[in-house]
Amino acid sequence: MSLLDIVDLDAHYGDFQALFGINLQADEGQATSIIGANGAGKSTLLKTIAGVVLPSAGEVRFDGQSLGTLTPNARLALGVSLVPEGRRIFPSLSVDENLQIGGHAGRKGAWTKAKIYDAFPLLQPLAKRSGARLSGGEQQTLAIGRALMSNPRLLLLDEISLGLAPLVVKQVYRALPDIMAQGTTLLIVEQDVNQALAVSTTFSCLLEGRISLHGDAATANRDQVTEAYFGLSPLKKDH
Amino acid sequence: MAWVNAIVQGILLGGLYALLATGLSLGFGVMRLVNLAHGDMAVLAAFLAMSTSFALKVHPFVTLLLIVPGAFGVGYLLQRLVFDRLIGGDPALQIVATFGLSIVIENALLKKYTADTRGLQTGKFSSRSIRITDKLAVGWLPLVTFICGVTVIGLLALFINRTKMGRAFRATSDDPATAQLVGVDKRRVHATATGIAVTTVALAGVLIGAKSSFDPTTGPANLIYAFEAVIIGGLGSLWGTLAGGIALGVAQAIGLKINPGYGELAGHLLFLTVLATRPRGMFGKLDNR
Repeated sequence: MSLLDIVDLDAHYGDFQALFGINLQADEGQATSIIGANGAGKSTLLKTIAGVVLPSAGEVRFDGQSLGTLTPNARLALGVSLVPEGRRIFPSLSVDENLQIGGHAGRKGAWTKAKIYDAFPLLQPLAKRSGARLSGGEQQTLAIGRALMSNPRLLLLDEISLGLAPLVVKQVYRALPDIMAQGTTLLIVEQDVNQALAVSTTFSCLLEGRISLHGDAATANRDQVTEAYFGLSPLKKDH
Repeated sequence: MAWVNAIVQGILLGGLYALLATGLSLGFGVMRLVNLAHGDMAVLAAFLAMSTSFALKVHPFVTLLLIVPGAFGVGYLLQRLVFDRLIGGDPALQIVATFGLSIVIENALLKKYTADTRGLQTGKFSSRSIRITDKLAVGWLPLVTFICGVTVIGLLALFINRTKMGRAFRATSDDPATAQLVGVDKRRVHATATGIAVTTVALAGVLIGAKSSFDPTTGPANLIYAFEAVIIGGLGSLWGTLAGGIALGVAQAIGLKINPGYGELAGHLLFLTVLATRPRGMFGKLDNR
């Protein structure tokens, strides 16, 4: 069954409408990706699920329950955790403290600090280092670890490849199957189409605030995806 | 030796300024809140200590057993009911609302206690001192005040660096939106911070009341000293605030030594010099904001 069920969702920033009638499901234990260009509304969609932005119409249902106007805190307690765009590591906290604060809300589960150090060995030697002195890849890994500390049922990943070297992107993505093995459902927002399709079962394309394509990642037609991504037909090859 | 004496007295006075400024520094550091009623809260605490001490027939310092926990509760509720509405919005709102609170406290005190100048009767405690040399003596009251200031700041630094709530303070200060996203309850953090801020300023107010006379309108002067200590030390740094308070105290003592009318002036001059040459203060952390 669907862990996440988004029904006819609209979202506004003041007078500007960012999302139009979004319908989307994410099945428990699966990875679903949302791909689209800059400004398509991907991050807004994740923020509406996390409770940072409240929808102007429609609703977000989590495990059959409408999330309504619940605060991000309350959603975290239910098991919805967001890895925010741009990592947002706390610079005044050490790596270890950044992880500890991820467990602040106190949802118990399989993920503990020790387990996160096991799963992301690169963090272990950095434990005492300040959050302000990390590379992009280290920050991203830490941001994911911090979100896992709340033992989410649904992990929302916002542009985790952004600004990282291709090799580092691969490393970060390599951790995702381990996370799913714990039963965590993933919702991945990406501009990097190949990376997103490789890890997920289903995908949706978002174009100017609307879902423009929906399908199975394994059988995705690249031309269709390109069209849904950019909103134009791919150039026909003339013979 | 007279100069050494002036500097020693200045350092001791600086401990009091630092204690007075701690709450302001904390409120700004954690939630970018500037409470213009801060100085009046110190005066309010001094008046409450006076009344309680009369009513219960106890030494004014004994009333701290009631005033300190009471101040925490008042601060906690004040944040929940009033200040929370001011945070993150238009900064002008903070200024108007807390200035309004300052006027309310001042006038309530005038109504209840009239404009007469008062003092806390601390007895022998205020007049005794430790003789170090013939020309250098340290009063018990300034010494205890200084120790209080340093201890409070030290404990607060430990709290912020070592506890779960302290971690939440630092995360909220860094990035309030993300702190909330990872599960920090910002209302609890804000309320606790203001609770601590009011507690420290109430303690400072009672110590000021023991040191010198006060009346319902001395609040703004307290606020100015606290502001100067925070700015000289650098925004967002507690140890900076301690250093700033001491620098201010020493500047005033040196000014006073040059001419009895120059004490406050010397403090203001130091403050203006720091603002002009090192606007981030001695230990300012808030670089790129």
